[in-house]
Amino acid sequence: MSVKRLWPLGLVVLLAVLPYCGFSLPGIFDGPVNSPGTLQLLALCLLFGGLAAGYDLLYGRTGLLSFGHALFVGVGAYGANVLITKAGLPLWLAAPAAILLGTTVAAAIGAVSLRVTGIAFSMVTLAFAQVGAILAARDIGGLTGGDEGLALDVSGLPGGLVGVVNTYKIYWIALAYAVIVMLIVQRVVSSPTGRVLAGLRDDERRVGVLGLPPYAFKLVSFVLAGALAAAGGVVHMILVQGTDPTVTSTELTLSFLVMVVLGGPATKYGPLLGGIVYTYLDYRLTHVAGSLPGPLKQPLFVLGVIFILAVYFFPKGVGGLFPVKWPARRSQHAAEPVHGE
Amino acid sequence: MSTIVLLTLTGLGLAGLYFLIAAGLSLVFGLADVLNFAHGWFLTVGAYAAYWAIPRVGFAGGVLVAVLAGAATAALVELVMIRPLYQRTISQVLVTVGLSLAGVALFQALFSPDARTFPSPSWTEGVVTVLGARVPVKSLVLVVGAVVVLAALLAFLRWTRYGLIIRAGVENREMVTALGIDVRKAFTLVFAIGGAAAGLAGALSGIAFQSIAPSGGSSLLIFAFIVVVIGGMGSITGSAVAAVAVGLLQQFVNYYGSAGMGDLCAVALLAAVLLLRPQGIAGKVAS
Repeated sequence: MSVKRLWPLGLVVLLAVLPYCGFSLPGIFDGPVNSPGTLQLLALCLLFGGLAAGYDLLYGRTGLLSFGHALFVGVGAYGANVLITKAGLPLWLAAPAAILLGTTVAAAIGAVSLRVTGIAFSMVTLAFAQVGAILAARDIGGLTGGDEGLALDVSGLPGGLVGVVNTYKIYWIALAYAVIVMLIVQRVVSSPTGRVLAGLRDDERRVGVLGLPPYAFKLVSFVLAGALAAAGGVVHMILVQGTDPTVTSTELTLSFLVMVVLGGPATKYGPLLGGIVYTYLDYRLTHVAGSLPGPLKQPLFVLGVIFILAVYFFPKGVGGLFPVKWPARRSQHAAEPVHGE
Repeated sequence: MSTIVLLTLTGLGLAGLYFLIAAGLSLVFGLADVLNFAHGWFLTVGAYAAYWAIPRVGFAGGVLVAVLAGAATAALVELVMIRPLYQRTISQVLVTVGLSLAGVALFQALFSPDARTFPSPSWTEGVVTVLGARVPVKSLVLVVGAVVVLAALLAFLRWTRYGLIIRAGVENREMVTALGIDVRKAFTLVFAIGGAAAGLAGALSGIAFQSIAPSGGSSLLIFAFIVVVIGGMGSITGSAVAAVAVGLLQQFVNYYGSAGMGDLCAVALLAAVLLLRPQGIAGKVAS
């Protein structure tokens, strides 16, 4: 194996031993990198990097512009939280159950919404996600805690995951999540199924003419992305030790879209980096907001403007700016997924 | 009986608001293939313009300012942001998504994220008796506003030259272009019309909810999307029918069922329509 193939592994090892490193990066993180606050921020960054990579499976790799992805994150987060807090299940049972629930919901919603294509599909997924947001915010059945959200009953967690001193273990969970998502996405993309998905993105009719059912392949992509999102929801619930309606909101889906487009759709590491950088900027801009003038106080204003400029000036995202550096790239024309008429 | 009359009229009021948002979305989508996420922001612009103008130039003048502000913002967005991305449908959607995020954040920075009390004229806060039911005047204002806009749009599409171009463009844009007509002018026009309707919806939503907030447009936008898909993209009549169906369904179910059930029923109706008739009630014809 060449050095080139080994550097991602090295990076993962480096990130994994970070909790044992006491050095500081002034200006980038407050406090040493192994302080709980910094590790919490890094865990959030890795989690959203993983979620963005999962969303890219739909948007960049299959060309499906879903506006309902947050729903599956919400099902995972609320599902696990309700099973632990209300039903008293332990985490090791609640987490797989919530992921299974998210996968089932994704299969049902995908089956209906993939009956339409293009922009109509986007609108329909948006409407379904809105159901999730309404259910969570209105506290139907007294399960979700309404607008305030549902604080996690931490007695359902293993003792090693409770308390600020154990933040580093949750950081490892987030790191593992990001790595697993990356491995699954890479595995799918380089498989024959992945080539069919790329074909669907570039020209759906051609895939149909070749005798492959576009509907079934799109559903596979949709369900797999939904399962990854539900798993991310479980990690999010553990990380913030609770759930509130923002995990089901359309804004969350839109932020996935921003992460993927900024990072570079259908690039190997672009969506992951996009998610990490977006989450970091969102946090830091909120942090330094008081000293900035006018609209710059709002992180979403800055990120929204950067996003708009990116669409015009580097539509392939940051990952698309350095195309030769990444080995085993399969597609060069991924910035503009082609949708059916 | 009086409850049913009341629910029907308030439901129609809600339908009016949905229609005012959906009409512009539907026409823009039908003609230019742009799914406009920033449409809700046009509504917010209209609402804040009315908030500013009503104490200065009175109610009618304030509503006019809201309509003009909505139209001007929409036309400007089309000229500056959408036009350079002509025929890059997904990029256009992405730009409107970015604009909706940045626009709401801009208003939050300029006017604070909190809701503000809307300066409704006192006559809109009264009630009138219709068939024994005491109906809020503001619901009737929404219904009247929507009916006027519906009639004006249908007349415009039917009897004017630009209406003809828009109807033809919705049906077959390439053919209209091939006949030597600059469809892009029609794009700007359709954006301006949609923005004007959204601006009116902004002013009227201020009256209906008695308060405005920077994120107000985005929450209404999702139901407008549902109305557009159910009605069939590009169809004004379809949007009107779908808006009435969704508004009434929501109002009745929210009253007789538990809160929030009506919203769920609207989405269930969407799923049913998609399963039975994926092209919507009216398909892709602007009539």
